[in-house]
Amino acid sequence: MLYREAGQFKTNYTSDQAVFPILQDRVGILVILAIAFVIIPTTGNDFILNAVMIPFLIFALASIGLNLLTGYTGQLSLGTGAFMGVGAYACYKLTTIFPDVNIIIWIIVSGFFAAGTGVVFGLPAVRIKGFYLAIATLAAQFFLEWCFTRIPWLYNYNVSAAIEVPQRELFGIIVTGPRATAETRYYIVLAIVVVMTWMASNIVHGRIGRMWMAVRDMDIAAELMGIRLLPTKLLAFAVSSFYCGVSGAMMVFLWYGGAESTVFNINQSFTILFMIIIGGLGSLLGSFLGAALIYILPIILRFVPPEFGIPVHAATVEHITFMLVGALIVLFLIAEPAGLARLWQIGKQKLRVWPFPY
Amino acid sequence: MGPLYQIFIDPFVQMGTAPDLLVQTLWEGMVGGMLYALIALGFVLIFKASGVFNFAQGIMVVFAALTLVGLYNVGVPAFLALGLTIAVMFGLAFVVERLVLRPLVNQPDIILFMATFGLTYFLIGAGEFVFGGDPKVMITEQLFLPKGAVTYKALGGIISVQKLDVAAAVIASVMVAGLAVFFSKTRIGRALRAVADSHAAALSVGISLEQIWVIVWFAAGLVALVTGIFWGARSDVSFALDVIALKALPVLILGGLTSIPGAIVGGLIIGIGEKMWEFYWGPLIGGGTDAWFAYVIALVFLLFKPQGLFGEKIIERV
Repeated sequence: MLYREAGQFKTNYTSDQAVFPILQDRVGILVILAIAFVIIPTTGNDFILNAVMIPFLIFALASIGLNLLTGYTGQLSLGTGAFMGVGAYACYKLTTIFPDVNIIIWIIVSGFFAAGTGVVFGLPAVRIKGFYLAIATLAAQFFLEWCFTRIPWLYNYNVSAAIEVPQRELFGIIVTGPRATAETRYYIVLAIVVVMTWMASNIVHGRIGRMWMAVRDMDIAAELMGIRLLPTKLLAFAVSSFYCGVSGAMMVFLWYGGAESTVFNINQSFTILFMIIIGGLGSLLGSFLGAALIYILPIILRFVPPEFGIPVHAATVEHITFMLVGALIVLFLIAEPAGLARLWQIGKQKLRVWPFPY
Repeated sequence: MGPLYQIFIDPFVQMGTAPDLLVQTLWEGMVGGMLYALIALGFVLIFKASGVFNFAQGIMVVFAALTLVGLYNVGVPAFLALGLTIAVMFGLAFVVERLVLRPLVNQPDIILFMATFGLTYFLIGAGEFVFGGDPKVMITEQLFLPKGAVTYKALGGIISVQKLDVAAAVIASVMVAGLAVFFSKTRIGRALRAVADSHAAALSVGISLEQIWVIVWFAAGLVALVTGIFWGARSDVSFALDVIALKALPVLILGGLTSIPGAIVGGLIIGIGEKMWEFYWGPLIGGGTDAWFAYVIALVFLLFKPQGLFGEKIIERV
């Protein structure tokens, strides 16, 4: 009843092609932004911000990155974790070498380092695809992870072989390091994620996004239509790794506060991949939904059963999470390959005719 | 002593001056490579028959070993536990065919590939949930596997050979020979090869795809069990092995996805290559290089010879 587009006439192509063509959607996105920017920071406590919202947004950004590559361009990658690591280590090196530069700038710039690495390891995509490419990206994953442990220069010759986030201020407010408040970090993460999601939306709705999708759907046809495969695929690797790099840098600087190389291991890559499979391949909304489901599922499993007086062991929670995630992957691939995002589309269609379906 | 000398000359001088170490390294590499080859063999079996790239093969190895040890630890006699584990692997093959493969028939390969990721995670979770996540010790004496090492005085040094490794090599060879006979001589084997060539043609001459898939997943499960026993005997049984199990993927790229001899040769090349590389060249760049050596070799192969050493030239060029 509320979600109806009757009476909303489009008089030009611009409004017809808009990302949110319906008024209710535009209102909805504003409401979500208002909740994210105003209500959550004012009402939420440190636990909500630190353990739920910040990680969720960071994972969502990494998922968007992988989705641009796997969902939109059709190139399966298992090196996401390593590309996130490149961002994190690049940001760490940059801010220790140039401590006076604004940390936000370094977080963004570190994405370019990840993008460069992504292009190098994306080169095999020129000749191979499918699971052959997936194995080639495994080389990136293991080689880069090895670099993070065995090249002491990357972590400034620390004894612990870990990177510790130094304290950085921005306009007199402590932004990173142990003394930064959860609100400050949340606002920075949120702002970066919102801006980068908006940019990703523009990319995928524009010429580049259409090129990517043409390559994904049928590369030979795309080539015949005049799309040059090599630059298109490498661009996808670059943009995707840029997003992953920024999210990796944010993960260490604005969430963990320090990290070892194991944070960026193969399991991280799989987690992100599962987020986009469950959320929806080729959907920005799906990246958020998948990140929410995969990240929040273990939290729910850990905190809800004790509320009902059922004690659960932390290890048990982990095992059950693994089983559930595995089962969900298979289930979604069988029942709804387009993931949660597709379910949301179906829901919207139902909502349009509700409460009088006929 | 320039870096060029250290890279190109010094390792070979070391090999020449200490041949016992060289032989020992080669042997270690061969044993490791044989285990990679066995995992790769499971991949090849399934890939040939169903075109599914079964990412979960490495985890099936751990799952089988964990089931065996887990059953033994709750008091089941060793050989009964072995039988029960075989039954579990058959059940797994049946359930996978029914719940994963059958609903995904005719989907793109990459979807099936990702479905096996889901299977991987499910098996990790299920295995740890049922048997606990702590590392376990493989039962070797109870299965009458030899223990201890034989040492030879040769080449101006001592070479030690684990009896277990020899047993593993023998049993693996027997198993591969058995599979080869099974594939070429029996009725089911011929049906398997028919399915591998063309699903539609096999269906049209009355071969049941479902049945073949269960059989081939069960065969892969048996290979996984044998691999799991020997692997578990060399180290503890735990899902920490899965990172090592992933190394079967570069082995496949090297040997070709559809070739059983390729899986074995590829496994040996990767196993020996990474041990030699790590032993003679690894220290120059900080050690621990066996984590990525196999993948980088696979990457080079993918760029220049994507069908592998023995594979059929069916790979889609972009």
